[in-house]
Amino acid sequence: MRMITRRIGFYIVTAVVAITVNFFIPRLMPGNPVLAVLGRVQAQESKQAIAALEVQYGVATKTGLWGQYVQYWSRLLHGNLGTSLNFYPASVGGLIRAALPWTVALVGVATVISFVLGTLLGVAAAWRRGSWLDGLLPSMTFFQAAPYFFVAILAVALFATKLGWFPPNSGYDTTTLNPGLDWPFLSNVLDHAVLPALTIVLASIAGWIIGMRNMMITTMDEDYVLLAQAKGLPARRVVGYAARNALLPSVAGFSLAIGFIVSGALLTEIVFSYPGVGYLLFTAIGSDDYPLLQGIFLIITLAVLLANLAADFVYAFLDPRTRQEA
Amino acid sequence: MTRLLRSPKIVIGLCLSAVFAIVAIIGPLIAPYNPNASASTTISTPQPPSAAHWLGTTQVQQDVLSQLLVGGRSTILVSLVAGLAATVLAVLFGVTAGYFGGWGDDLLSMLANIFLVLPALPLLIVIFGFLGKGANPNDAVIGVIIAITGWAFGARQLRAQTLSMRNRDFVDSARIIGEKSWRIMSFEILPNLIPVVATSFLFTVIYGVGTYTALSFLGVINTSHWSWGTMLYWAQSAQAAQQVHLEWWWFVPPGVAVGLFGTGLALLNFGIDEFVNPRLRGAGLTGRAARRAGLPRRPQLGLTPVLRSARRAS
Amino acid sequence: MNSSDILISVRGLCVDYGLGDEAVHAVVDADLELRRGETLGLAGESGSGKSTLAYAITRLLRPPGVITAGSAYFGSSVNLLTAGQRELRGLRWNEIAVVLQSSMNALNPVLSIGTQFSDVLRAHRPDMSRADRRARSGQLLEMVGIPADRLSSYPHELSGGMRQRVMIATALALDPSVVIMDEPTTALDVVTQREILEELMTLRDRLGFAVLFISHDLSLLVEIADSIAVMYAGRLVERAGASAVFRAPRHPYSLGLLSSFPALHGPRQAMEGIPGSPPDLRDMPSGCPFHPRCGYAFDRCRSDPPPPLLELDAGTRAAACWLQDGREAVPAELALTAVDAVSANSGGRA
Repeated sequence: MRMITRRIGFYIVTAVVAITVNFFIPRLMPGNPVLAVLGRVQAQESKQAIAALEVQYGVATKTGLWGQYVQYWSRLLHGNLGTSLNFYPASVGGLIRAALPWTVALVGVATVISFVLGTLLGVAAAWRRGSWLDGLLPSMTFFQAAPYFFVAILAVALFATKLGWFPPNSGYDTTTLNPGLDWPFLSNVLDHAVLPALTIVLASIAGWIIGMRNMMITTMDEDYVLLAQAKGLPARRVVGYAARNALLPSVAGFSLAIGFIVSGALLTEIVFSYPGVGYLLFTAIGSDDYPLLQGIFLIITLAVLLANLAADFVYAFLDPRTRQEA
Repeated sequence: MTRLLRSPKIVIGLCLSAVFAIVAIIGPLIAPYNPNASASTTISTPQPPSAAHWLGTTQVQQDVLSQLLVGGRSTILVSLVAGLAATVLAVLFGVTAGYFGGWGDDLLSMLANIFLVLPALPLLIVIFGFLGKGANPNDAVIGVIIAITGWAFGARQLRAQTLSMRNRDFVDSARIIGEKSWRIMSFEILPNLIPVVATSFLFTVIYGVGTYTALSFLGVINTSHWSWGTMLYWAQSAQAAQQVHLEWWWFVPPGVAVGLFGTGLALLNFGIDEFVNPRLRGAGLTGRAARRAGLPRRPQLGLTPVLRSARRAS
Repeated sequence: MNSSDILISVRGLCVDYGLGDEAVHAVVDADLELRRGETLGLAGESGSGKSTLAYAITRLLRPPGVITAGSAYFGSSVNLLTAGQRELRGLRWNEIAVVLQSSMNALNPVLSIGTQFSDVLRAHRPDMSRADRRARSGQLLEMVGIPADRLSSYPHELSGGMRQRVMIATALALDPSVVIMDEPTTALDVVTQREILEELMTLRDRLGFAVLFISHDLSLLVEIADSIAVMYAGRLVERAGASAVFRAPRHPYSLGLLSSFPALHGPRQAMEGIPGSPPDLRDMPSGCPFHPRCGYAFDRCRSDPPPPLLELDAGTRAAACWLQDGREAVPAELALTAVDAVSANSGGRA
């Protein structure tokens, strides 16, 4: 329990650091880019919008830096992430809220599949050393080294364009369907989600396989595995014991991996024009939509922190040694 | 040393890395065309590979091969700088934190953990986004900025190793003699950490190339500055993969280049891993000699193999 | 001597690490017999092959270990070297149990003690109900002096001595006829060591299992074993009753070992020990492996192939030394009888 409280404390500190960094970056960059944008925007937007932006970026205000910081925090705690420049007058929060479920569903499902499948394959590769599974490793390494979006592009090229099995972009067929909880819509969504999910799985699975395999090999050398053999336990149980222990570093490493997977997923969305947060981010970059850019950064960071916390819970559940701090 | 070269992983890894090192050095010199130059203003679709253009052309008739060679230098350079800078930071922070302990260690560990947890790509997007597309930072600067997000992993590993070494006898004796701390860290502890430093460096270079390519692909970094990621940016803009006549020559080469570069480094890493942890190597009972002696092809746990000759005689 | 009393019989066993030219000969030509209820001590320095021998017999030796020659039988019918997984699994723990050296590493850190008892019961006694298993587990714990409510504890919550007791209790869960103990007390402090050993002796006397006790501590073995086999560089060099080895050793190595620890009583003596160090198994000397360190070595020891175990005293003991083959004059200290030994109880030296 104490360990969890410590972790929560740490995540809160990290969140504060992230928010503070987010606050300072625009103010640190040479030649305040916000001014340039404001200049561009002056003609079109309303007075209130401009005033709001000025407040958010500390342009032409009389409050000092600390005052702006406090204001920033108070707006955040009210759930106000600002107004988008490109999609004016849509609020950043609203835009993200529309895109987030797509990303969460995609990343969530793909990551779980990748982790489970990768771990199982890793166990199998270690238990049956010298089998064909060992030959799989070099190609898996290549897929991991190649950037996510390249794997995505390949997937589009092969499965969508060449073979026509799956649609090459979008979250669903916007021309014919409307969102709803009916089967035609949901099946269409699934159809569009296969390639992006496949990309994420392919690009991330190698890490789990190799990590688990190496850990299993080290674990199988441990005395308690030998003892399990000596006890005459069925093979299933011996593997299970070894795997249960070998799993711990993978779960611990999950926290590291989640950051990479999320980044990779964002890039994948772009290739597929998938209506998630990644695609939104791409639009924000292209149109210099700073409020949107910063809002997405914050939300992504918070999501990653939450995922880390979840992984910590799972780890504490699996390893009784952490439950008791000396 | 020669034992290192016996592992196929290391050999392949070295070869791949050597090839890319050569590309980085002489790439722009051997490129047949200026990557920005358009061969023709009348054709508006990318041309497949031909005698004139070995890897075909882009939509605006630029030579893909030249872009690949010129972009290679930038990509590899940024990755190397990122790897180097991150490793230097990791060694500095990791070894110092591990050696001195106390509140300095707590602070540095907290810092490392924060950087580890913060998602790197979104942060870099924000930084480069605000830096502005007009600014054209040179490769070294980009590398250093990327390194700021990549030092934490290595630092944590080095700190752990330093901690375990701090209480060893040879360190104690150096301290008793009165050697200064920085000398102890540099000359006693650091030499023992070389495998970890090497692995960390390779890992960070892989991270660097992936991140730089991603940032270029997103268009966050100046898109007229040639790199493999930029090539993919332009290919994606033109929807090269969605065209009915697949324009594979445009997007496959840069992607494969990044993949192979990363694979080469990863193989080197695996090789070093196996060298350091002998358990990961084959158990020594595989291969033709084993099969001739009648041993099962895959060693099974809990079933010590018995030579066929012994089985028959007993 | 009823042959049905022989539980484990090993003849000419050879065990290598690795194959081909690079193979290391860890055990060479080992002959062993373990009778029902007997305690056999396996003594030797690190690297002498004693653990390798014990694990090889039970086919638990880790790669790259290979058994290259010889035979090993359990009882009169089970050929341990040709037995398959299923047959071995039936034997394991039911008849042959193992107590490993380091209990911290041998107990699975993520499972409770209770689970580590019940998994054996579940695997070998499928008819037991959960309540029965729990009862039996509690009973086993109490047998080694630990309260039954500790069943839900995890290994890291127990002290070193308690963990070793748990290991012993686990080993006895199915009432095996043989228990192999690999240096079970080496990792403990002296006081705990003594407690554990005494408990072990009590259990042995009560339940009547045979013990193969591996240790580098000859003085320990002399106390608890019925007979002792001494190993050096992978070979058995002496085999005799425990008191016979102690009071009247026949092999120079045994003699050296015995004079390496001081006696509590009697006049003070200068410690001798054995000069030199054990050979590198990859680079063995010619002839008898011990001759470079042996004070009694002569030409034959260098030139002839290593001596086999020669039977002595009407077959009641054996030693692998050319001095004992009847052709040489045996030095007095290697030819003691029980009568002479009374006055030389610290290892027989003038």
